[in-house]
Amino acid sequence: MTDGSRDRCLRQIALFAIALFVAAATLAAPEAARAPTRVPLPAIEAATGERCVEDTAFMRRNHMELLLHQRDRTVHEGIRTIRHSLANCVTCHAGKKTGRVTGDGGFCASCHSYAGVALDCFECHADKPGAAVAEAKR
Amino acid sequence: MSVHHGRRKFLWEAAALAGVVLAPGITLYDLAQGRAPEAAAPGTVRWGLLVDMNRCATGCDACVTACDKENGLSGGKAVTDAQWIRKIDRRDARGLVRSLPMMCQHCAEPPCVDVCPTGASFKRADGIVLVDKHTCIGCRYCVMACPYGARSFVHEPVTNQKPDVPRGKGCVESCTLCVHRIDRDRIPACVEACATEGHNALLFGDLNDPRSEISQRIAAVTATQVRADLNLDTAVRYQGL
Repeated sequence: MTDGSRDRCLRQIALFAIALFVAAATLAAPEAARAPTRVPLPAIEAATGERCVEDTAFMRRNHMELLLHQRDRTVHEGIRTIRHSLANCVTCHAGKKTGRVTGDGGFCASCHSYAGVALDCFECHADKPGAAVAEAKR
Repeated sequence: MSVHHGRRKFLWEAAALAGVVLAPGITLYDLAQGRAPEAAAPGTVRWGLLVDMNRCATGCDACVTACDKENGLSGGKAVTDAQWIRKIDRRDARGLVRSLPMMCQHCAEPPCVDVCPTGASFKRADGIVLVDKHTCIGCRYCVMACPYGARSFVHEPVTNQKPDVPRGKGCVESCTLCVHRIDRDRIPACVEACATEGHNALLFGDLNDPRSEISQRIAAVTATQVRADLNLDTAVRYQGL
């Protein structure tokens, strides 16, 4: 075998290997995204109402900050605006079947259990919508 | 001319902000009433109750049941059940029995606030004494400190709470003067229930406003504070004690 033909052969093998790798990666990528995880993904039910009080991306990151500030303003100063209140969240996000945000498939509970973050609000707060927010919105 | 117009406009806007002043001391509506949801509870107001014991009927517990219903309490009377109002029969020196409701007296100098190690027990600007349950650690110092036995500890897990009245195991709680109703310009549930029963033994109003009905009644009749010797300056006053 001449040097030239050996080089050509090696180059062909290398090209074939690269092509195989790219093909495998392309095929495997969607499979990896769909692969079953140890923890089931949260089931996020569409809320009632036109849109959330803030952008969805902002709410995902910062809803706890909004609730924390609102809670202090409400308890200590008696400010009862509904926009960033927990009762307002519950009003729109309560499950259509269960009427709650906790429990199996509940809007708050499913995400919090996926993220492994304790959800203490509803130890004390009602997880079902009440009349006050509906009256205030009227 | 334009300067005068501008000044007049400013004065009218200032008057509108101040609650439409007709003359010094006379306003069309009180700022405390009709408070906007985004406005904080005003420090100029001090909410209080006057209990007329001559009208309070022995055996009637309409105020207690209304309180239980409004705040989602069980209504149980066991030592471990939360009770925000209790009906008490008081026998005086001559053997005359009078009935009265006993609840948080919303002191101006509340002992529960003094002893709270976390600042959970606090007095709001308008004089309502509350527990911030986010901060309460359930130590029950306030239960010991209250001379009126007004505070309850929640021993059991609570379910089906009212959206306006969050309650949970491990926290201390007491009469809030129905703060969620006051913030929406409604009177406390007990006062409403007493009027519905036709007794009208409870009068709710602003103790700081000399023109309010409660202030005028307190000026006219002998309105006593329970354990006035403790100098706590209670917001709940009793007529005929």
